[in-house]
Amino acid sequence: MTSAVSFKKVSRHFGSVRAVDAVDLEIAPGEFFAMLGPSGSGKTTCLRLIAGFEQPTAGSISIFGERAEGVPPYRRNVNTVFQDYALFPHFNVLDNVAYGLMVKGVGKAERLKAAEEALSLVRLPDYGARRPGQLSGGQRQRVALARALVNQPKVLLLDEPLGALDLKLRENMQEELKSLQKALGITFIFVTHDQGEALSMADRVAVFNDGRIMQVGTPEDIYQRPNTRFVADFVGSSNVLPPDFVQRYSGQRRWGSLRPESIRIASASSGDGVAARLVGTNYLGATTRLALDAEGLRLHAVVPAGTALPAEGEAVVLTFNRDSLHLMDEPA
Amino acid sequence: MTIAAVQSSPTPAILPGSGGMRGALSDLFWRRPKFLLTLMLAPPLLWLGIVYIGSLFALLAQSFFSIDEFSGLINRQFTLKTYGDLFQAANLDIILRTVTMAALVTLASAIIAFPIAYYAARYARGRWKALFYLGVMLPLWSSYLVKIYAWKLILAKEGILTWLLAKLNLLWLLDGWLSLPIVGGNSLSVSFTGTFIVFVYVWLPFMILPVQAALERVPGNLVEASSDLGASPGQTFRNVLFPLALPGIVAGSIFTFSLTLGDYIIPQIIGTSRLFIGQAVYSQQGTAGNIPLAAAFTVVPIVIMGFYLWGAKRMGAFDAL
Repeated sequence: MTSAVSFKKVSRHFGSVRAVDAVDLEIAPGEFFAMLGPSGSGKTTCLRLIAGFEQPTAGSISIFGERAEGVPPYRRNVNTVFQDYALFPHFNVLDNVAYGLMVKGVGKAERLKAAEEALSLVRLPDYGARRPGQLSGGQRQRVALARALVNQPKVLLLDEPLGALDLKLRENMQEELKSLQKALGITFIFVTHDQGEALSMADRVAVFNDGRIMQVGTPEDIYQRPNTRFVADFVGSSNVLPPDFVQRYSGQRRWGSLRPESIRIASASSGDGVAARLVGTNYLGATTRLALDAEGLRLHAVVPAGTALPAEGEAVVLTFNRDSLHLMDEPA
Repeated sequence: MTIAAVQSSPTPAILPGSGGMRGALSDLFWRRPKFLLTLMLAPPLLWLGIVYIGSLFALLAQSFFSIDEFSGLINRQFTLKTYGDLFQAANLDIILRTVTMAALVTLASAIIAFPIAYYAARYARGRWKALFYLGVMLPLWSSYLVKIYAWKLILAKEGILTWLLAKLNLLWLLDGWLSLPIVGGNSLSVSFTGTFIVFVYVWLPFMILPVQAALERVPGNLVEASSDLGASPGQTFRNVLFPLALPGIVAGSIFTFSLTLGDYIIPQIIGTSRLFIGQAVYSQQGTAGNIPLAAAFTVVPIVIMGFYLWGAKRMGAFDAL
């Protein structure tokens, strides 16, 4: 099967800065794919390479089997939802949504009808006559989505589309985007620095760092079985354990990762485990996050709210299942 | 110092006034911001209202007086006779010539200014931007008269332009152009073409700067969004860039248009002996001593600009502001 998007040793260098460095990537048709990474990790540049705003300095990109290098953005059947929406301020909402069809020469009645339909798809019917400036952030977000979807793109690119929304709205939009993607069957490629967003929405996630892909896999793969310290730390702030420590508990001298929620905590008198001291507690609502100091190694544990906790500064012992200690591929 | 020490230190929560005249004034201005605003705006508003607009209206009032043709004295009685004189064929000719020239100069300035402004707004950064401002503003630092006389030499029959075209074997092009009616003449320096070139040169900065300011405010991702949605560069220009730059183009055209309408020095030094509005005003109030007709002539650019702005507003030029 041809990939929706295929990167073969793609690089994009800006002078001496390697924004994207020899990236290989295959994204399947109909997939909801997330590119996750800290800012400056190259994920947005990858998105812009697919959209055609950037050209690779090396390597080849194909979209549904067709070579995309040298093809301008306006000849790619790929649409983008921009981070700050980029709605045209001098058009009303309906004309904004109909823009793509207008420049393709679709007749006025037909394109306005399609735009109306796209607006009701994103649950903004009857907003057509308004100016973008009169809409809230969440509404602009939906208009930007409708403006892209009305063109029935082969691939929809979303550049941190939820970044500017407040928490409640963001959670709503996550669910909506996911169900929209299922209903339409369009390949969605989604850039985010929010690991929770990537894990909850995507079928597969690529974790970027320094212009390279560190790991590609399902959210569960990425979360449970990170292959490097970076992935373990960036996705879900795992406890990264040094080889010496890991050797004591698993017999193998490798870097390990231990999820904060797999650590159990008991008072020092209750038996054996890792001796530690409770340094701080952060109340997070449903859970409490504990900062622990185990012989100089800083660890975090997450326990359900309501767990009886020792006082700060007290000595405790930590226990965990041997299976939840994940050994990483990264050499010690 | 620990936080506890800071909290127990004897610093008061409310600081005492600084005392004296300045402290009292600062407190007063803070309590009554409108008072400060009034104080700051009164002098310029008085200047604008009385000295500037007032004298303009005094001048316009003159256009409703008439001149006694025997004594040359001004008859201070309301009459429309001067406006009757204004609409004589010879004067209408002057008006038409000036308006046509102003329109062409504005159009040419806009066409030349747009790419320069676009480059400056989109691509120029740091040192190149400084160089752009310097390049645009530098001609404004030197004397207007010196520049015009320099152009007279450049455009003269023995000038560098003729010499250059001769070297390029393109003299036939210049001769062909100069043999055309109206725009032609003996040499560029005594033709309307010459007047046009110098007008465009002198007023170009006044078009570039507002267009650049308007383009600077167009977010770059709108251009990308347009392209992403399938618009070719030409379509992006027509549908996104041009409409969003239009307020700047209109602002610039107000300068180029009205400055050309009122100028009397350039057409006097470069061009034919036929008059422009500015020259007509100059000669009517000077040698002819006909202040009422001079005043009536000055009404013409004001009325034209009024209609121009009204039309621009109706076209939606200010919608994107």
